[in-house]
Amino acid sequence: MFIINCPYCGEREQSEFKAGGEAHIERPKQPTELSDDQWAEYLFMRKNIKGIQFERWVHVHGCRKWFNMVRDTTNDQIHAVYKMGEKPPIK
Amino acid sequence: MPKNLRINSSNFIDETTRVSFKFDGKTYYGFKGDTLASALIANGIHLVARSFKYHRPRGIMTAGSEEPNAIVQINGNTAYTEPNVRATEIEIYDGLEASSQNCWPNVNFDIGGINNILSPLLPAGFYYKTFMWPASFWEKYEYFIRKSAGLGKSPTKPDPDLYEHKYIHCDVLVIGGGISGIMAAKTAAENNYKTLLLDEKPHLGGTTIYQSSEFNKINNQYSSKWLENEISNLKNIKNLEIKTRTSVAAYHGYNFLLARENLTDHLPLNKKKDKIRQRLLKIRAKKVIAATGSIERPLIFNNNDRPGIILSSAIKKYSDYYGVVCGKENILFTNNDSAYETAISLFNKGIKINAIIDIREKVNSEITNHAEKIGIKIYNSYTIVDTSGYRRIKEVSIMKLSKDGQSVTGSKIKIKCNCLGISGGWTPAVHLFTQSGGKLKFDNEDNVFIPSKYPSDQISIGSCNGEFDLNTIIKNFNQNIKNFLGIDKTSFEDLKINSTKEILKRNIWLLPSDKAIGKCKPFVDFQNDATAKDIKLALREGFRSIEHVKRYTTTGMGTDQGKLGNMHALGIISDTSGVKMSDLGTTTFRPPYTPLTFGTIVGRNVGEFFDIFRKTPIHDWHVDNNAEFENVGQWKRAWYYPKKGESMFDAVQRESKAARDGAGILDASTLGKIDIQGSDASEFLNRVYTNAWSKLAIGKCRYGLMLNEDGMVYDDGVTTRLNENHYIMTTTTGGAATVLGKLEDYLQTEWPELDVYLTSVTDHFATISVCGPNSKKIVKKVIPDLDLSDEEFPHMSFKNAKIDNIKCRVMRISFTGEQSYEINIQANFGKSVWEKCMEAGKEFNITPYGTETMHLLRAEKGFIIVGQDTDATLTPIDLQMNWIVSKKKYDFIGKRSLYRSDTIREDRKQLVGIVTEDPREVLEEGAQIVADVSKKPVEMLGHITSSYFSPNLNKSIALGVVKGGKNMLGKKLFIPMKNKIISVHVADPVFLDKENKRLNA
Repeated sequence: MFIINCPYCGEREQSEFKAGGEAHIERPKQPTELSDDQWAEYLFMRKNIKGIQFERWVHVHGCRKWFNMVRDTTNDQIHAVYKMGEKPPIK
Repeated sequence: MPKNLRINSSNFIDETTRVSFKFDGKTYYGFKGDTLASALIANGIHLVARSFKYHRPRGIMTAGSEEPNAIVQINGNTAYTEPNVRATEIEIYDGLEASSQNCWPNVNFDIGGINNILSPLLPAGFYYKTFMWPASFWEKYEYFIRKSAGLGKSPTKPDPDLYEHKYIHCDVLVIGGGISGIMAAKTAAENNYKTLLLDEKPHLGGTTIYQSSEFNKINNQYSSKWLENEISNLKNIKNLEIKTRTSVAAYHGYNFLLARENLTDHLPLNKKKDKIRQRLLKIRAKKVIAATGSIERPLIFNNNDRPGIILSSAIKKYSDYYGVVCGKENILFTNNDSAYETAISLFNKGIKINAIIDIREKVNSEITNHAEKIGIKIYNSYTIVDTSGYRRIKEVSIMKLSKDGQSVTGSKIKIKCNCLGISGGWTPAVHLFTQSGGKLKFDNEDNVFIPSKYPSDQISIGSCNGEFDLNTIIKNFNQNIKNFLGIDKTSFEDLKINSTKEILKRNIWLLPSDKAIGKCKPFVDFQNDATAKDIKLALREGFRSIEHVKRYTTTGMGTDQGKLGNMHALGIISDTSGVKMSDLGTTTFRPPYTPLTFGTIVGRNVGEFFDIFRKTPIHDWHVDNNAEFENVGQWKRAWYYPKKGESMFDAVQRESKAARDGAGILDASTLGKIDIQGSDASEFLNRVYTNAWSKLAIGKCRYGLMLNEDGMVYDDGVTTRLNENHYIMTTTTGGAATVLGKLEDYLQTEWPELDVYLTSVTDHFATISVCGPNSKKIVKKVIPDLDLSDEEFPHMSFKNAKIDNIKCRVMRISFTGEQSYEINIQANFGKSVWEKCMEAGKEFNITPYGTETMHLLRAEKGFIIVGQDTDATLTPIDLQMNWIVSKKKYDFIGKRSLYRSDTIREDRKQLVGIVTEDPREVLEEGAQIVADVSKKPVEMLGHITSSYFSPNLNKSIALGVVKGGKNMLGKKLFIPMKNKIISVHVADPVFLDKENKRLNA
């Protein structure tokens, strides 16, 4: 079980958090202008990376804020957490 | 008790306290401090179990948690019974009853022993190969196979013991209280680390604590004496907590560990009462020091499983620690020096050593020379080719090993014995390290896997790190612990160590016999009866991966998880297939390290604490009025209120009729309520609901449907505009938490520019819904000041009001199709307002109704229940609710998905009404709907989602989803059931009052 450093609250147990899938996928501003394929790309296609992955998490049993996390899926090391709207501190 | 099997007084056994216990029905005595195993051996009993598959007699083989054979059922036929308890771990107490498992009628004469004679017919994969055909017979085979599978009997009564969970946070966790663990704990605590030291045994000290040997000395003292002194000094150290009888079960990422603290298992029955039996410790440690030690390996040779064949180190522990001699005529069989320690220790106590058989050539080490000097007969380069003795070993046959170790030569020598100690070297206990994600490397010199890459802030020290002699252990300790803890000095740097180092090693995973392998029984996994032969067969049949061989032969799959034999299985695979050990790798070590009882895992979460549940403010009234409850999410909701002698059907029919004919009252407090405020609240609702919200007037209510981004219906409910920038949204009972979460997600991540604030107020309000033709009169009596005229207070509108000076909100909304009013009042007044309504409604026969009647009434009107009539595969179009999808809005969640190529298909499943040909026939919810039963396989068109007998229409009604159902109005379809086929036809889902006249009646 991870210890996650919530950008708003500090270090807390993983059981206080919920994962929310891949990060940095922006909802299209004009969905109606998109083709089926373009919309499907947003709606369904997600990466499943072995290695460094950018993820959304929410401190659901805490401040209820969403934030982003950089995690290595091979060893579960969390390399960074950062607020929504901020640029990832790691490439 | 045959006293002569007790050979010496021991510091760990209290010979003044006699303990009586039963084994297989017979009473025996031991002393306080004995394990069941040591007490049985003291009574001369070795045969304690029958093996799993061949029912071969088996004895006690070890003195620790790695025991494969001596597993017993304790306190059988009581609620306290526990199967598969290791006799080597359970401490005896007055009243303990233990019995052998897997044998009938008894362990000395076991009918199942026939399997041993049949064993050539029972190779690896026997069950897979034999019971394949005819396939239809599997159910018959399964009955018998299941009966013969398993070892002990699981308890049939609820566990009467108490368990609990506890969280512990520490700076340093030390696992294992042997010499390394004790030095580590002391060093950490003295350097201001808050330290926790755990050991699975009742006493600290590991194997060193009974080591009184000239070959293991620290500062010119026996190492046991030195360590004893260190242990007694531990209690003066601040920052150090010690827990014994505590076994670490699991080591997860981020140094999160689970341990089982055993509190009462060693106490007599009358002292266990009302105490916590076991505690599950959830430990978060900043740093972890694993000092888990190592486990002695057996040797794999023909018939190596007889009672009386014991690990050499266990024989030593029984004599040095428990003061019990395992046998009077001993032979030791070894490939390393440690068996010589056992031999010399026994010899010094006057126990006869008939021989040491060493597969190595003559060794010139200090300890082997000493053994020779005191007159012990040593056979070098010999191996055991067979053993005899059915219920206890009697004799071994030995022959000279060839140079390559693959065959035997010369003539056979037979030597008598009644105890054979075996030592195949040591396996570091790396189980916890690998559980934590650590990577192992193979050491070719010692033939061991040792830690190589640490995944978290941890270190392995001592023999679990492949350090086997005292000198190396202490030297490495000082070096490694200083780096690990960031300190300059330890108090163990100037110790004077005398220890021997092994100078000659020889390892043969499978020892040869004069007989062909096919005629031999060299056991690798003693508990699961897997032999080297089975492993070789698996390889011949094409299995390559160690994980596959494990599952095919069941090697390492017993309750001991192969702690003894797994390394040999790997070695035999490596030798046979030619793949290097380092490339082969190990099987995955999974938690728990030793079995955990379910009670420990669930702790206090049993009975009414199994799961939390929520009660409405009116709950007590429902209980007082005989309501049956149903679980909706975490809520307990009143389901129906049976009167005396009424069935559920009767009650629901009565309630449903009363609600339409007179008045009904429902506790709707469980509906999710979200308070929405902010200057962009209207815009926000526009984006999350399918319909338009900007034009909703203040004081008006509107039903809304919420979709997922994939266009599928997610939730629904009525939202009311309380003020210009203030709305109150209701959600389904089960969806409340996830809807709030979803709304917050969009607000925070996609639309942070919107000025909107969300607050869950579900628990703040009690919601009372009064419906039926008399509802207006009842509400008028309860709130006389409120103008309830249809002009002033029409359907789908809201008013602020007061009841006895308490503010409340009244919404005129309806889920039943009847005129109805929903009173929302501060939760703590909910029950008194409910009672007020009941009092006011008395003259109109007001009838409380539960969720079942609510479901029936809404089905008469064709209103959906999200989650019952929908299942995340239906769009609003599929539900025939096109009217609620705004065409004008540029965007809302899920809009784009409503015209994907898949969602516009005409043959999607669509919600329709279903009416049976026989109006009395009530369909089963979930029943399949088909068009043609003659064409096989029958094409399934859909299923029934809701079904009731309507007392108001006096006929059966149902809702269902049907492929292309929208265009099937009036079409005849069929519901195939087990005994009959029911004819139905597709109907309009609105069965009652299509014109909505009753809303204003």
